[in-house]
Amino acid sequence: MTDLISPIDEAGVEAAVHAAMSSKTPIAIRGGGSRAGLGRPIQAARTLTTEKLTGVTLLEPAELVASAKAGTSVAEFEAELAKAGQRLAFEPFDHRALYGSTAEPTVGGMVATNASGPRRVIAGAARDALIGVRLVTGRGETIRSGGRVMKNVTGYDLVKLACGSHGTLGVVTEATFKTLPIPESELSLVWEGLDDARGVEALCAAMGSPFETSGAAHLPATANAPARTVARLENFESQLRYRAGELEKLLKPYGAAARLDAGASHDLWGEIRDVAPLLGDAARQVWKISVAPSRAAALAARLGPLVAAHLYDWSGGLLWVAVEPTDDAGSSSLRPAVREARGHATLVRASDAVRAAVDVFEPEAPALARLSEAVTAAFDPAGVLNPGRMHVRH
Amino acid sequence: MSGIAMPEPDPRILARRDQIVAGLREIVPGEGVIDTEDERRAFETDALTAYRRMPLAVVLPSTTEEVAAVLKYLNGQGVPIIPRGAGTSLAGGALPQEDAVVVGVSKMACVLDVNLADRTMRVQTGITNLGVSGAIAHEGFFYAPDPSSQLACTIAGNVAMNSGGAHCLKYGVTTNNLMGVTFVTMEGEIVEIGGDAMDAPGLDLLGLICGSEGQFGMVTEATLRILPMAEGARPILFGFPSSEAAGAATAAVIGAGIVPVAIEFMDKIAIDICEDFAHAGYPMDAGALLIVEVEGAPAEIDEQLARIGEVARANGATSARQATTAAEAAAIWKGRKSAFGAMGRISDYICMDGTIPTGRLPEILARITDICDAAGLKVANIFHAGDGNLHPLVLYDMNDPVSLAKAEHAGEEILLACVEVGGCLTGEHGVGIEKRELMTAQFTEAELFQQMRVKSAFDPNWLMNPAKVFPLELRAETRKAA
Repeated sequence: MTDLISPIDEAGVEAAVHAAMSSKTPIAIRGGGSRAGLGRPIQAARTLTTEKLTGVTLLEPAELVASAKAGTSVAEFEAELAKAGQRLAFEPFDHRALYGSTAEPTVGGMVATNASGPRRVIAGAARDALIGVRLVTGRGETIRSGGRVMKNVTGYDLVKLACGSHGTLGVVTEATFKTLPIPESELSLVWEGLDDARGVEALCAAMGSPFETSGAAHLPATANAPARTVARLENFESQLRYRAGELEKLLKPYGAAARLDAGASHDLWGEIRDVAPLLGDAARQVWKISVAPSRAAALAARLGPLVAAHLYDWSGGLLWVAVEPTDDAGSSSLRPAVREARGHATLVRASDAVRAAVDVFEPEAPALARLSEAVTAAFDPAGVLNPGRMHVRH
Repeated sequence: MSGIAMPEPDPRILARRDQIVAGLREIVPGEGVIDTEDERRAFETDALTAYRRMPLAVVLPSTTEEVAAVLKYLNGQGVPIIPRGAGTSLAGGALPQEDAVVVGVSKMACVLDVNLADRTMRVQTGITNLGVSGAIAHEGFFYAPDPSSQLACTIAGNVAMNSGGAHCLKYGVTTNNLMGVTFVTMEGEIVEIGGDAMDAPGLDLLGLICGSEGQFGMVTEATLRILPMAEGARPILFGFPSSEAAGAATAAVIGAGIVPVAIEFMDKIAIDICEDFAHAGYPMDAGALLIVEVEGAPAEIDEQLARIGEVARANGATSARQATTAAEAAAIWKGRKSAFGAMGRISDYICMDGTIPTGRLPEILARITDICDAAGLKVANIFHAGDGNLHPLVLYDMNDPVSLAKAEHAGEEILLACVEVGGCLTGEHGVGIEKRELMTAQFTEAELFQQMRVKSAFDPNWLMNPAKVFPLELRAETRKAA
């Protein structure tokens, strides 16, 4: 059991980082802890949690902007936004189903992991919606980058850098997002029985159309169900009818589509976001693979014998693969195949022992690794924040 | 020469000029190295034309490998480097210095690959912004960021400055449409960052490099997100009795859950000047106008414009003109798109670029008027209203140094007012030399030093576009601090 530090304000975070620096004792950083299974396990005597830094601090729907402190639960933030008719367009990924966690996902954790869901394919990732941060660096200094306006090129974009840095550069204490109005309605079109290659091809055709497909997933056949290829449309009710009709016409070569109304569509995309179809057996290890859609189906085919279950999101650009548990999670055959497909893979679910033994994140080329280490050192020269969470530091 | 200082050239570098040019010629053959005074003159300024510095030499490599060898050589020689796309920076981002070598990407302008299924495109970064969209238009695709200099500006410059444009309210700016780069480090290493797969794990160096104003290294190739064109687009023009009413209408449209592709604002002075030049049929009795553009199929456009029209009328719009033909649409846009040219015809001007929270619009417009009145200068306001990115054009006389100094001072006061109301110094043009000394108004010393440490991580010798972005006097300090 490690010591838990729960600062109630930014000054408390600064003090904790200063203490870590002066005692040369690394600290682990977390929000609510719902994503604790992500990244390389690290050894730290103390854990700093941001869960007591809470509150939605700015909500301006007419300016499409909202801010929350890091420990605010994503659920509360989204509920406040929804009251104002707004949402986070990137459809935050929720790691709870993946890890069987009952902890509360926080805004800080969402930022630290760049946690984007299905709508990322059209609306951009969490990092694209994030327009401002406050963070306490590994030097114990609070800095701001970006701000509350969506167009801002003043100084370097440390906002993007903080997003997805897994707490290795600083502790994010507050984040500001570009938000978007919640559309009036949604529906999904579902084609059944396509193989992987045809399914991804259909999704790419949908994404290449002017109808603004906001979700594009292919769920391969299972023992009890045929394959489903799903395209989501969100818009004003009247426009949806037109767009659905046009998309059906365009994708006629892939067969007739069934329509899911708003409720059924919403539920299905919730399952896709949570990668529910992969999660049958809790012992299965799960990989998240990014690859160009045009190479996705061939990659999945090549991984064939390794794959226990898989699904495609982001028009095929995101391939989720579950494998039966082994000591290296299939890394030795999976990584070369992914590299050859010019993709990258992250081992998102495996035991601590496995995640300590194999690379969790795609290994970086030496020159890139050197740049990343130099940038990390610019924020955290003593290596006190989540050291080794992403890569082994040299 | 005007008020913004540049570092004194290093005499030891100036003395070695012949040797440096000879070294460059060993890397880049023939016409790729430019050293005559006449030819160098074409590179002595950018679109911030009040400032000129003759560079030591200019190199135009033809390959990434040549860029790598040039950077390695100049880094080894301790010679400053000024990266250059097309030199269209309004902030002096490509302004040379006498002891620096300009490294331009203009000879690297090819489309390398287009993949419509993946909606990606790979280009060399010397290609123009419009050249990218032009290469895919026949397929029904486009590249979204559209800075108004898009005919000339390059992807290299767009990446360096994280350029925006009129349509970023819907489609985002460069960083949101950039998937990967080939990046050349100061040590001459060639690094692939990102690519055609989304969201590479590891630190988001791609996001960091985009908007780094060419201070980290050079980007020679880029993978871009391309998008299918909408079925159609149509602008509508609203006249309002006042700027305040136009501002309120903008907020109300977005508040009603409608996000148009563009909402452009012009005030009375801008309307008069543009109408006189473009004969776009703008309402001459209006105190301000908005151009709102929406996309979709014809019936979708009708419906959106009807909703927007209701909101605009409820907020005091006194006239509305919807384009019913392509010619009418072009006419509506013509005045706005020719605004800077029209302005240039009647006066010299400096174009400011602050962003504000849109709710503070009436207040900031009043302050801009006060600031310029006090200086005895005219100002025309043109901006991207949806995202709060202001472009006040402060009019002055270039032949009168006092007038320029007054205009620069008024411009600074306007930007400081933007920061004060919660906005920022620059929304899309970048800091360059222009806003360098104002950075202390937006950032604390700790924040600036942290950014400078990031530069040092890429460029420990501070040779890459060194006299930009950060106040000159902070540089010596932070190099000690880093």
